[in-house]
Amino acid sequence: MNILILLIPISLGLGALGLGAFFWSIKNDQYDDPKGHSMRILSDQYDDTPKDD
Amino acid sequence: MEQEQPSLAVCPACVAMPPSDKIVPKLKADATEMRRIELSLPSVHCAACIANVERALAARPDVFGARVNLTLKRVSITGADSVGIEDDLIEHLAKIGYPALPLDSAALEKTRTDKVGRDLLARVAVAGFAAMNVMLLSVSVWSGATDATRDLMHWISAIIAIPTIAFSGMPFFKSAWSALRVRRLNMDVPISLALILATGVSLAETLEHGEHAYFDAALSLTFFLLLGRYLDHRTRAVARSAASELAALEVQKAQRILPDGRTETVPMDALSEGDILLVSAGARVPVDGVITNGSSELDPSMLTGETLPEAVTVGAQVHAGMMNISGPLHIKTVGLGEETLLKQITRLVETAETAKNKYTSLAEKAAQIYAPAVHLLSAGAFIGWGLATGDWRLAVNIAAAVLIITCPCALGLAVPAVLAAASGRMFRQGVLLKDGVALEKLADIDMVVFDKTGTLTTGQPQVLNANDIPEAAQAIAADLARGSSHPLSKAIANRFATTGNVTSISEHPGFGTEGLLGGQKVRLGRANWCGYDGEPPTQTATWLKIGNAAPIAILFQDQLRPEAKETVTRLLSEGLQVLLLSGDVPAQVRSTAEALGITDWVAQATPSDKVDRLAELAADGQKVLMVGDGLNDAAALAAAHVSISPASAVDASRTSADMIIVNNDLTQIVQSYRIARAAKRRILENFTVAAVYNMVSIPFALAGFATPLMAALAMSASSITVSLNAMRVGRMK
Repeated sequence: MNILILLIPISLGLGALGLGAFFWSIKNDQYDDPKGHSMRILSDQYDDTPKDD
Repeated sequence: MEQEQPSLAVCPACVAMPPSDKIVPKLKADATEMRRIELSLPSVHCAACIANVERALAARPDVFGARVNLTLKRVSITGADSVGIEDDLIEHLAKIGYPALPLDSAALEKTRTDKVGRDLLARVAVAGFAAMNVMLLSVSVWSGATDATRDLMHWISAIIAIPTIAFSGMPFFKSAWSALRVRRLNMDVPISLALILATGVSLAETLEHGEHAYFDAALSLTFFLLLGRYLDHRTRAVARSAASELAALEVQKAQRILPDGRTETVPMDALSEGDILLVSAGARVPVDGVITNGSSELDPSMLTGETLPEAVTVGAQVHAGMMNISGPLHIKTVGLGEETLLKQITRLVETAETAKNKYTSLAEKAAQIYAPAVHLLSAGAFIGWGLATGDWRLAVNIAAAVLIITCPCALGLAVPAVLAAASGRMFRQGVLLKDGVALEKLADIDMVVFDKTGTLTTGQPQVLNANDIPEAAQAIAADLARGSSHPLSKAIANRFATTGNVTSISEHPGFGTEGLLGGQKVRLGRANWCGYDGEPPTQTATWLKIGNAAPIAILFQDQLRPEAKETVTRLLSEGLQVLLLSGDVPAQVRSTAEALGITDWVAQATPSDKVDRLAELAADGQKVLMVGDGLNDAAALAAAHVSISPASAVDASRTSADMIIVNNDLTQIVQSYRIARAAKRRILENFTVAAVYNMVSIPFALAGFATPLMAALAMSASSITVSLNAMRVGRMK
């Protein structure tokens, strides 16, 4: 049962990582235009050079 | 904006001569004043549209950034704060094929970032994270962990669950508290009680090294219910932002004439009594007033439903909302206060709204039955077990189990999940639902009342007696009409082919157009100007005079919307009664009713007649859907059980209507009715599903056999069933 001491923190840590990522995505305006994002992925305007800003 | 230039060592040429596309940002950086501009782009719909618009805007030196939001069909631009930039951008977008409309960015700022939505989403995420982890820990308890291991699992669960419940459960606690403060019960009261009791009992059990802890149930309950809450919010937010967009589009302005003869454009609220305003042909009269200069014809259809234009000249009283169709007019504003027609209509709308019976939504009805029942059951179990066994700890445990097992998890999702699916479905079809309750009401209707002008008809005149007019005369009329922007002239030019034989055409505002045909004078215009002095016809008419011959009358009729007939037929075949309630003259209303197959019609109804009629119908137990667009319909729309306006309607009507047909397609009424019926069916099914789950599990809970595993299974299963059932509405054809 000693393995629990390791496994429980790991599973909680991974979960917290996911939660953190989700918070980041909310902050990053990723839920403001769901329809637009699903379309933008189809864009064939590749960035050959890095954006200016 | 500042960017790194490559160092001299890497690329000397770049420093000496930067690439041209790098110069533009430099220019941009010099303009320190920036402004946010929001434009509505109704025609964007695909990936290419996004790219086209963004690229076209980014290429301009006065634009720093542009981002299209496809969900809201908007583009938000950061641009230089220069005069007229908005108009320049609109023109630019129109050139590449995207007509844009300015939006009042101050009004939109509030809805731009959806704070409440983000807050809810964060709470959902925390609850979801906690629920999944605690569920995992619980699995080990369910599969037989005992003693110290079980205690460890319970303790970790408690550490995760308690702060999560406090954070994620806050919306429920707040809402329950505000209901209790006014001594009422809503759905959130049993929810809050269940959450608090479950957490409290579980903590006590953990301290006592007990067997049953309900942390997982409390958390998944919070998670599912918050999900329902978020869906509900999302539905409303989309509707609200679209509605505020419609309002922002209607920026009413007036042309004020200054003492020195120049005109200036001013917003409506800057007007004061006695101002002289210019109303050009084709514009709407902005305020009530008296004509001081000019003569013209006014189309009162938005106000009264009548399609026959009224000839007016100096001294005549005009009302806000009338359309000026021929010559420019100068009017002196008289009524800005209480006595304008618009204010009277507004008052009528308010009275109609207060007189209306309050509608109890299905969710409220369910809560009214459900909340007391659950509280009684739980209290009964507590007292019963306490008295019977004398073991009050067991009694609290059982009472908590009853509350958790019966918890309205599925009930909390039953309505919002269906409404979200249905309103999303309707939004895609071009119908904007202002409020979910309107959908429930739409499902109940047994009668549809239509306004005529502008609703069943397009409001555009059409030549009626083309066959009675000789072909030569048709060509002359078309020649004369071609250059004019008068709506009747446009109708003639659309209907008849031109030959170009008429020369030296000149327009006489307020009278008509005149020209020469082989030395003969030809005129197209008002009756007396063309030498007609007999009885005026009952329909809109214009006259054609060729030389000295007797003038020929060209009659017009308001054109029916192409889909009007189909809409009425389909509504009738759905088993609904249809009534035509119009302010127009009987002859016009009868012919429209006959053309559409409507047997019941009422003509010459004033705005208050319409309201009275709807009140009568409501008193007879009829549930009426009112469809209207004019100012004269606004009060009737508010008085009806539920109402729809086309997007072309006046502002007052769009405000009082429950639904707006954004794409102006009347057949959407039938489609919306069918979706509403399906949605209501799904809601009732969902209630049944939730009730069945409860009825099966309540006896177990009351008997004291309930386990946390059972609670978790029942809750998840019923929530998932209900959500899946709701999604069927979004997929119906």
